[in-house]
Amino acid sequence: MNQPTDFLYIAVILVSIGIYGLVVKRNALRLIFSIELIANAVNLALIAFSRMLPSPQGQIFVLFSIAISAAEVAVGLGIIIIAYRFYKDIDITEFRNLKN
Amino acid sequence: MVDSVFVGLSIITVGSAILSLESRELLYGGIALAISMLGIAGYFIILDAPFVAMFQIAVYVGAVAVLIIFTVMLVRAPNTVTKKETKKRKIAGILIGLAFLGLASSVLGSSTATQLKFNDTAPVFDVKAIGKELLTYYSPVLIALALTLAGAVIGAMALARREDIEEKNESTN
Repeated sequence: MNQPTDFLYIAVILVSIGIYGLVVKRNALRLIFSIELIANAVNLALIAFSRMLPSPQGQIFVLFSIAISAAEVAVGLGIIIIAYRFYKDIDITEFRNLKN
Repeated sequence: MVDSVFVGLSIITVGSAILSLESRELLYGGIALAISMLGIAGYFIILDAPFVAMFQIAVYVGAVAVLIIFTVMLVRAPNTVTKKETKKRKIAGILIGLAFLGLASSVLGSSTATQLKFNDTAPVFDVKAIGKELLTYYSPVLIALALTLAGAVIGAMALARREDIEEKNESTN
């Protein structure tokens, strides 16, 4: 039978993969992938604790968290599309000036 | 001890998470991210949270991954591996990731969290309990969340709007 720490270890591994991506990758879409991985790791930890306690509030928090990150991805992809229109590239080192 | 379902889900989730960052083609990275989200939904199912798993599949695999794949097709980046990702930066990133992994794992391993156990006799929460909480105690949060989501989607549409097409239409009228 699984224990809560097994899920927490998986969450830690996913967060460190996300940190690696945020540090190394310079493609704006890869940065969004990394942010999504970190958000999912947090959701996994919350659900594991919600099953352990047991309390339904952890599941409700995860529902809110998923909705918030959907909104964040929508805005992020809109910014990427408008940046691509200005610079013809999605490499964030090319985005020198915010004002056009 | 862990069971075989957990091991399989871990391999799928962590493997496709790494693949989503390291695949050469950005489109395959988006698909690998969707598979990783499906693995997380599998964890939610074995943690007795089927409603959240359903929500995760609907929102992440159904909406977010499709949105990302559409954006990948729209932007058509000339080169996915840029010159800015030097070898030095990559080694530093791997070291930072491993340092965080070692730190957090050692904290987790030496804490009392290892003695926590799942209560097998506990009742599983169905949709009814979650819905009751959402509509009573958390109803202001739900309203604020709905407004946030609507604002974010309208803002994204306003950001991605093409102004040059609009001007051309106005000049012809």
